[in-house]
Amino acid sequence: MTMTKAKHSMENATPATTSSAVATAETSTPRTIIQIDDVNFSYDGKVDVLRDISLDIFNRQVTAFIGPSGCGKSTLLRCFNRMNDLIPGAGVSKGRISILDTDIHSPKVDVIELRKHVGMVFQKSNPFPKSIYENLAYGLRIAGERNREVIDQVVEESLRGAALWEEVKDRLNKSALGLSGGQQQRLCIARAIAVKPRILLMDEPCSALDPIATAKVEELINQLKEEYTIVIVTHNMQQATRVSDRTAFFYLGELIEVDETTKLFSNPSRTETEDYISGRFG
Amino acid sequence: MNQESSDNNPFVASTSRRSKIDATVQVGFCAITYFIVLCAVVVFADITIKGAPVVFPKIFGHGGPVVNTDLFTKDPETLVVFEDADADKIAMGFGEFTEYKAENPSAVVNNEHTYAFSAGGVRGPILGTIFLITICIVVALFIGIATAVYLSEYSSKGRAVDGIRLAILNLAGVPSIVFGLFGLMFFCFFVPVITQTPIDRPGFEVPPIPLPFGYFISFQGWGTCMLAGGFTLAAMILPVIITASEESLKAVPMGFREASLALGATKWQTIHKSVLPYAYPGILTASVLGITRVAGETAPIMFTAAVALRDELPWQGLDGSGLGAVFDFLGQSVQALPYHIYTVASKIPQTEYTEPMQYAAVFIFMLLVMALAGLSVWLRVRARAKLKW
Repeated sequence: MTMTKAKHSMENATPATTSSAVATAETSTPRTIIQIDDVNFSYDGKVDVLRDISLDIFNRQVTAFIGPSGCGKSTLLRCFNRMNDLIPGAGVSKGRISILDTDIHSPKVDVIELRKHVGMVFQKSNPFPKSIYENLAYGLRIAGERNREVIDQVVEESLRGAALWEEVKDRLNKSALGLSGGQQQRLCIARAIAVKPRILLMDEPCSALDPIATAKVEELINQLKEEYTIVIVTHNMQQATRVSDRTAFFYLGELIEVDETTKLFSNPSRTETEDYISGRFG
Repeated sequence: MNQESSDNNPFVASTSRRSKIDATVQVGFCAITYFIVLCAVVVFADITIKGAPVVFPKIFGHGGPVVNTDLFTKDPETLVVFEDADADKIAMGFGEFTEYKAENPSAVVNNEHTYAFSAGGVRGPILGTIFLITICIVVALFIGIATAVYLSEYSSKGRAVDGIRLAILNLAGVPSIVFGLFGLMFFCFFVPVITQTPIDRPGFEVPPIPLPFGYFISFQGWGTCMLAGGFTLAAMILPVIITASEESLKAVPMGFREASLALGATKWQTIHKSVLPYAYPGILTASVLGITRVAGETAPIMFTAAVALRDELPWQGLDGSGLGAVFDFLGQSVQALPYHIYTVASKIPQTEYTEPMQYAAVFIFMLLVMALAGLSVWLRVRARAKLKW
C-alpha cells in the first residue's frame, strides 16, 4: 500500500522535473562539473563518516542529496567548498574531489578562490546584521570592488535573480533582519549569487520555512538552474522530486543509489532506497 | 463548612524544626545580602559627605564658589598651620605662607605644623591618572583583543593553547605589588630602546647593540614614566580583557563566519568585517569596567610611573619637537590620584587639616571612575542599538 502511494506521488511530480535535461545539452562546458572519486571523510581521523563515495554531479542540473539524519549528506556537501576545513582534524581521508577537472585539495588550489566559484546557502538563514544592500555588496567588497555603480548594478541583478527585488527595492538600506524568514533565505541566495559562482550548494535551505516560503525558494531554484549547478541537501523527499533532476540517496555514510530523480523515486534499484522513500524508515 | 475544612486541612502549616530552619536560612541569606548593600552605601556616603562639600562648597552651604576651582587648577602643596598673636589657628598653603611671612616680617608664628600635600589642588594627579588610563586602555585593548582573536579564531585546540590559557589565568592571580616590581624591572630598567646615547650601566646583562648612523639598541628601559606605568597597568588588566573579549567573540553566531567564508572572504576579512564589529560592544563594556578597576591601583604605578610632586606639567619643557616631543612626553613621570591619596592618607594621625584634601581627591577620583563606567554603558547601548541579531 505504501509503495503504490509513493509511486503515485512521484508520477504527479514528473512533469515539473523532466524539462531540465534539455537545458544542459546545449552548454559547451563539460557535462560533469563535480567529480567525486572514491572519497572517505572523517571528522577525527579515526572513524570514517563517509565511505567510498563516487558520484558525478552534472553541470546546470539540480542534484538532490537525500537520506536520514546523520547519513553524511551535509558533510559531503560541505566538502565541495571545503567548509569542513573550519573543523579541526576533519578532512577527506581517501579519494579525490574534482571540480572543473581540478582536485580541490591540491596545494595549488586557493580555498578562497574555490569558495568564490562554489557558493553556499545554509540551513539557517544567516544574513549579516547590516542593511539589505550591504549584505548583497559584501561579496563584492571583500573581492576588492570599490566602484559604487558596479556594486549597485550587481545588487539589483542578484536581487532580481533571487526574485526578491520587487519586495525589497524600497528598503535596500533597511536592516536585513527586518525581512521575513523566507525573504531572509532568498536574500542569502541572492548574496551567494552576487559573487557569480558556478555552483550553488544548498544545505536544507527550506527546513526552517513555512510552505509558502518554501514554494518560493523552490521556484527560485528551478529558475537558477538555467545558470547554476545546484546541489541541494533536503530532508523533504517531495521537495527532492519537485526541484531536482538527479537524486542521490545516502544511508549510514554510504551512497546507496544515484539516478534520475524520476527513476529513483518511481523505480529504485535498491531495496534500501525503496524502503526509505516509501517511509518504512528514516 | 469553613470550620470543618480548616480542621481537616491536610496542608496545615508545619511547625516542625525543618520549617524553622528553612525560615532562618532565608532570613540569614537576606541579611548577608543587605549587609553588602549597607557596606556599599556607607562607603559612598562617607566619601560623598566628606568629599563633596570640599569640591562643591556653595551647594553644601559653606562659603565660597559653586565649584572649588583651586582643586582643578592647582598642584598639591604643603599645608602650614600656625597660631598668630591672638592664638587663632591659621591654615594656608606653603606658597601663601612664604608670601605672608615676607610681607609681614613681624608676624607672630607659633606652633607651626606642616601637613604634606594637604593644600593646593589635584590638577597634576587628575591629569596623570587620565594619561595613565589612556595608555593603559590603548595598550591593553590592542594586546588583549589580538590575543583573544588568536585564541578564539585562529588557534586549534592543543597543549600549547591550554598552556596559554593557564598562563592568562595565573596572570589574573598575581598580586598588584608584584606587577609593580615586574614593571620596574622590565619596563623601567630592561625594555630595549633605540638611542644615540646608550647607558651601559654595570649590572646590565645585555650590552647595547650598535646600529648604523650612530644609534644603539640599548637595554636600558624607559625609566620611571607614564609609558612604563601604562604598560604595567595594561599587563595587569590583560586577563580580564582577554577573557571578556573571547566570550564576546564566541557569542557572535557561527553563521556569520560561515556566510562570510562561503562568499570567498579570507579569514582576516571575515574576522575584521563579520566578527569583530559584533563583538565590540561586549569587549568595550567589560574592558572599560576592568580598566576602571586598575585605574585605582597604587601598587603597580608607585614604582613605575608615579611621583608625589612635579614642578611642571608633563607636557611642559619637552625636548625636541614632533615625534621626539611625543616620546619625551611619554617618558615623563606623572602624579596620579591613587598615589596622591596614598601619600596624603598615610599621614597618621589624620587631622581636620588633612581630611578635606584626602576626601576631595577620593571624591574626584570616584567621579572620574563613574564617568568612565558611564561611558562604557553609553557605548554599549549605542552599539547594541545598531547591531542586533
